Amino acid sequence: MTRRSFLKSSALAGGGLMLSFTWLSAFTPAGREKEMAPGGQWVEINGYVKITPDNVIKILNPNPEFGQNVMTSLPMMIAEELDVDWQKIVVEMGPHDNAKLGPQFTGGSNSMRMYWKPLREAGAAVRQMLRTAAAQAWAVPVEEVTTKAGMLHHAKSRKSATYGSFASQAASLPVPKGMKLKAPKDFTVVSRSKKNVEGQKIVSGKPLFGIDYQQPGMLIAMAEHPPGFGMKLKSFDATEALKMPGIKDVFRQQLYAEGFEQGGFDTRSFNELLVVVGNTTWQVMQARKKLKVQWEPAGDTKDTMGGGRGPKREVVVPGELESTDAQLRNMKDYAAKPAQQLRRDGDPETAFKNAATVIERTCHGPFLAHNCMEPMNFFAHVTDEKALLVGPLQAPGWTEPTLAKVLNLPADKIEIQMTRMGGGFGRRAYGHYLTEAALISRKVKAPVKLVYTREDDMTYGIYRPMYTATYRAALDANKDLIAFHVKGGGIPEHPIHANRFPAGAVDNYLAEGWEIPSNITIGAFRAPRSNFNAAAEQSFLDELAEAMGKDPIELRLELLKRAKENPVGKNNDYDADRYAGILKLVRDKSGWNQPENKKYSRGVAAYFCHNSYAAHVVDMVMRDGQPYVERVFSAIDCGIVINPDAATNMVQGAVVDGIGNAFYGGLTLKNGAVEQTNFYNYRLIRMHEAPQKIDVHFVQNDIDPTGLGEPPFPPVFGAVANALYKAAGKRFYQQPFGPQLNTPTAL
Amino acid sequence: MLNLTINKKAYQVDVDPETPLLWVLRDTLGLVGTKYGCGVAQCGACTVHLNGEAVRSCVTKVSRAVGQKVVTIEGLAEKADHPVQKAWLELDVAQCGYCQSGQIMSAAVLLRENKNPTDADIDAAMAGNICRCGTYLRIREAIRLAATSQRKAGNG
Repeated sequence: MTRRSFLKSSALAGGGLMLSFTWLSAFTPAGREKEMAPGGQWVEINGYVKITPDNVIKILNPNPEFGQNVMTSLPMMIAEELDVDWQKIVVEMGPHDNAKLGPQFTGGSNSMRMYWKPLREAGAAVRQMLRTAAAQAWAVPVEEVTTKAGMLHHAKSRKSATYGSFASQAASLPVPKGMKLKAPKDFTVVSRSKKNVEGQKIVSGKPLFGIDYQQPGMLIAMAEHPPGFGMKLKSFDATEALKMPGIKDVFRQQLYAEGFEQGGFDTRSFNELLVVVGNTTWQVMQARKKLKVQWEPAGDTKDTMGGGRGPKREVVVPGELESTDAQLRNMKDYAAKPAQQLRRDGDPETAFKNAATVIERTCHGPFLAHNCMEPMNFFAHVTDEKALLVGPLQAPGWTEPTLAKVLNLPADKIEIQMTRMGGGFGRRAYGHYLTEAALISRKVKAPVKLVYTREDDMTYGIYRPMYTATYRAALDANKDLIAFHVKGGGIPEHPIHANRFPAGAVDNYLAEGWEIPSNITIGAFRAPRSNFNAAAEQSFLDELAEAMGKDPIELRLELLKRAKENPVGKNNDYDADRYAGILKLVRDKSGWNQPENKKYSRGVAAYFCHNSYAAHVVDMVMRDGQPYVERVFSAIDCGIVINPDAATNMVQGAVVDGIGNAFYGGLTLKNGAVEQTNFYNYRLIRMHEAPQKIDVHFVQNDIDPTGLGEPPFPPVFGAVANALYKAAGKRFYQQPFGPQLNTPTAL
Repeated sequence: MLNLTINKKAYQVDVDPETPLLWVLRDTLGLVGTKYGCGVAQCGACTVHLNGEAVRSCVTKVSRAVGQKVVTIEGLAEKADHPVQKAWLELDVAQCGYCQSGQIMSAAVLLRENKNPTDADIDAAMAGNICRCGTYLRIREAIRLAATSQRKAGNG
């Protein structure tokens, strides 16, 4: 490529020729170096595709990977339209560049949905540019230039060339818009199972994760946070800690200045930390033990909220040192008070007054910790001029503006590199730990990796809220459902989705919510709110079916039929046909009505959230005196399934996660302090507790894909509760169920 | 100075002998395939082989490894083609992947000791390794697959 064409393509492609300088390639194992840095230079055709003159084709994945397999499935969308040999392409994590690579956030089960059209269009545009470049060089009509697996062909003149040989010419062409995309029946990559492109690196222990990142001269930092919510740092004596080998510094670090306007993902539990910086992780851990620290109650404090999330406003954070017992009493009091009306159809009060039977049940769900296997961590190197940050996070675009404000640097001087994440589950949408790392690096004037210990991570906060909900149903003398009422509350937010099923299926319907302010920080946790609602509501529907003398699947289908044919009210946010579809599929695949399955205690649940539909049948047995989920049948409608085997894996994982959290998940508090600190007292599900079989079935349709990370998770809780009712002979209303069954609290 | 043999390679390290092997591997030697998960031998992410036995390197003092043979995920097989690693790839086990090097190291010892493990054997041997993504079913299946391929290859 000439210098002239280089400049031209730079100008047009907004970046042009780019050499790969990311740390990921610097960390590339010896065997792949040739692939990653081949003889030629990368020609960037658009933000997503780079090709070398010798035809190495690289696809950049825009979204951070936390185990949902976007590193593979998003590039598949590009490859589908680009027409390349999947086995030969190189996939790399893209840089943080929202202008080129779109929203770049992992969360809300949005990746497939938000990139489905843009990535196929990007792939199609590159293919078209290559065809145009070839047509110009060969002086033939572009329509006659065909492609196959990274090659360009012109049949009449028998000309052929690689994509790479026309890459630089293609890069200088305008990017075509409005490309016609393939119909699903013509797919050759999408809907075909592809293996995880990072599988080999994972099984061979290559550095992939943020915590694996190292740089010469890098120091390790850890932060002591107050031992409880509502506490703050009073004073400290670091004399002994500073004498420990390898220790560089101990200091107080404030995160946000007073009056800092916090956006939605700027949540932080403690605004001031006590930081220890040293040479190695172990040295810092040891020095922490030598700190003499005094903490004190913080009292009521004020946070300034705004930053794109509503108007600027001051919010009082109560200073009370909360305990679980008091929280439960408090919730009971609040539940009895009038609440905010979220939706009303018909005249629920009169219907309840005239009912022949009223069923009322209350469920509780505890705070949950995300417990990503890779604890929170981030690398930062901040100077007066610029900042480099490397590590695991779900949404760089949400944290970068915060960093710019806190560091007082222009956004274009802040580079955030996204590593693979050892789990996320919503936790890594909250970037306080980047900001902490950045401030620490600036203070010590060195590259620093901030690492949370497991205990730091588990006790820091940003939990799934503590929830409760009371469901009431009114039946007439014929045992027909005439009214439905849900009143849900939480600390500090309520769980209610007012327009979800069974809204729309009952003439008289009321949804209400109430909230108790708290200093305990909360955040998104795999299917926020839904992860509690599905448990409570689907368990209640089971009880309702029993009271009405109906099969639980039949009752749901009848309600959905009503919602479809004669919907009540407005804004019902689900598609009754698709909802019914997964129930019918799971009924069929699980052999719901077959007598041989009667030996199992069976529970069913179905839910709609994050634009997808999921139903499970859970088959429980008693094993060694304990309930054990032996088999699960799952039916999912998420539209087109991009990568079927990986999607199956994720559903199976969601089922295991749901069983684990239903039985064991939960945090309790005493005087502001979290009582669970590590895996010996916060129990996660283990191998021997996982089912023998999880049979996953997808509804086959051509609907544009929606997400899958979250939707299969919530209904697991309900299905487990319903199976447990049969296995144990009584219903459980308090999550986690395990402690009430006398299951061991640890391995 | 402590003399260590890791993945058949000799190292000399100048660290406190009380330091857990995990942090010597990760911070001092840059062998970061062995993961930190809990620091108290509860999750198994840090599993390595010490003289062929699976140990939790987060609670194993480096002094215990002096003069002994340590194998980490990076050295399980020279070409990363141990039957367990191959089975993991064949079944595309990983989701986030963070716990998998520990899972693989535990599974490799199980299969060396027990060529034909039952599901109960697998569950018992793997109970100390947590996978937060919930890939347990595929881990079980991959261990069965590795056992079969190991037997077929005549190693059993």
